[in-house]
Amino acid sequence: MDGKNLRTGGIVMSEFFASRKGIILAGGIIGILASLLQYLGNPPNMGICVACMERDIAGAIGLHRADIVQYIRPEIIGFVLGAFLSSLIFREHKPRGGSAPMIRFFLGIFAMIGALVFLGCPWRALLRLAGGDGNAIVGILGLTTGIIGGVTFLKNGYNLGRSHSQKSLSGWIFPALMLGLFLMLVFRIEFYAGGPIFFSVKGPGAMHAPIWISITAGILIGVVAQRSRFCTMGAIRDVLLIRDYHLISGVGTLLIAAFGLNMILGQFHPGFEGQPIAHTDHVWNFLGMTLSGLAFVLAGGCPGRQLFLAGEGDMDAGIFALGMIIGAGIAHNFALASSPKGVAAFGPAAVITGLIFCLIIGFTMRDKMNT
Amino acid sequence: MKKVDARGLSCPQPVILASRAIAEGYDSFTVIVDNEVARENILRLTKNKGLKAEIRKEGNDTVILVEK
Repeated sequence: MDGKNLRTGGIVMSEFFASRKGIILAGGIIGILASLLQYLGNPPNMGICVACMERDIAGAIGLHRADIVQYIRPEIIGFVLGAFLSSLIFREHKPRGGSAPMIRFFLGIFAMIGALVFLGCPWRALLRLAGGDGNAIVGILGLTTGIIGGVTFLKNGYNLGRSHSQKSLSGWIFPALMLGLFLMLVFRIEFYAGGPIFFSVKGPGAMHAPIWISITAGILIGVVAQRSRFCTMGAIRDVLLIRDYHLISGVGTLLIAAFGLNMILGQFHPGFEGQPIAHTDHVWNFLGMTLSGLAFVLAGGCPGRQLFLAGEGDMDAGIFALGMIIGAGIAHNFALASSPKGVAAFGPAAVITGLIFCLIIGFTMRDKMNT
Repeated sequence: MKKVDARGLSCPQPVILASRAIAEGYDSFTVIVDNEVARENILRLTKNKGLKAEIRKEGNDTVILVEK
């Protein structure tokens, strides 16, 4: 294939993924891969969970010492590297940054805290539902409530300001970090006796699909999501804000695809009690996801989307993702993260603190934009 | 003519600004964007609203002329 044909092929593929069919295909691929990753070893209803997987990475590098949730998850690395490669190939790699990075960092921290009170990000909320976990419905209602709050702020002029182009190599930092993590996973480096990298020997952190399958699935999702602009939060936001059903058709397909394959693979177990890596405290399931949803709207993307953007060179999204990883360390070190037994001692206080933080940001970060 | 400068703004700000221009009753206006996502989103918005959109490149920016 000569260069011109390759370029034409690229444009055709770009147009396809920007279309309704494209986003539906993307959702289908993600749903199927998530269900398969669980089948091949990932924890139950956690074929993919951006928050949980970033939390496991935080544990692996010793940012927290919850020894059942420590593993360098190749899926996260794949998301970033897949989006990075895709953006390079399609000439969309565009280093940019400088739109309120500190605020985005804290939004990332609180988004993670909210997710770990619920025990899952929006991706896992969908996958929990697809696995029959009724508590996920409460979480998704909370998520939607948070997004409604965020949309109200958007309608009233909330914005974190413009980003600016950055020097070309700056967009390589986050992907390079991911590559470094991948090397540490492959070579299982032990920095000193009893020290990091930590790998769980029991619990969810010890459950994982083979590395090469995980990284391949992650990269594939990274490419598909970068092309289609897949975003779980954006899906709900766009329906509420502009009555646009584009993204939600992809999210809906993810849910149906994962549900269908879960049925076939015997991974569907309906109920509220005794669901894997979940608790039944409805109030905090709801409010945890409310906090996450609000933080995602204020930061402009769900945790997956933030990783894909970071791969494309968006340094603000990279800062948000780093905030989430640090937030996971905080959540487990300070007894904020829930467990299947229920909400932890300081989880509720942290969620309320996060909600107050987000409300202050939502009310104060407005400007008269020069249009 | 009204100009909406959506450069450097992340999703969904460009769409919000363009929607606002439509709501304010402008029959024609231009939106300047500097990334592919914003371009796609503005085009989807104009399509959903049944408006015409004409695109031209200006350096690294894309200028979209929106008309009734």
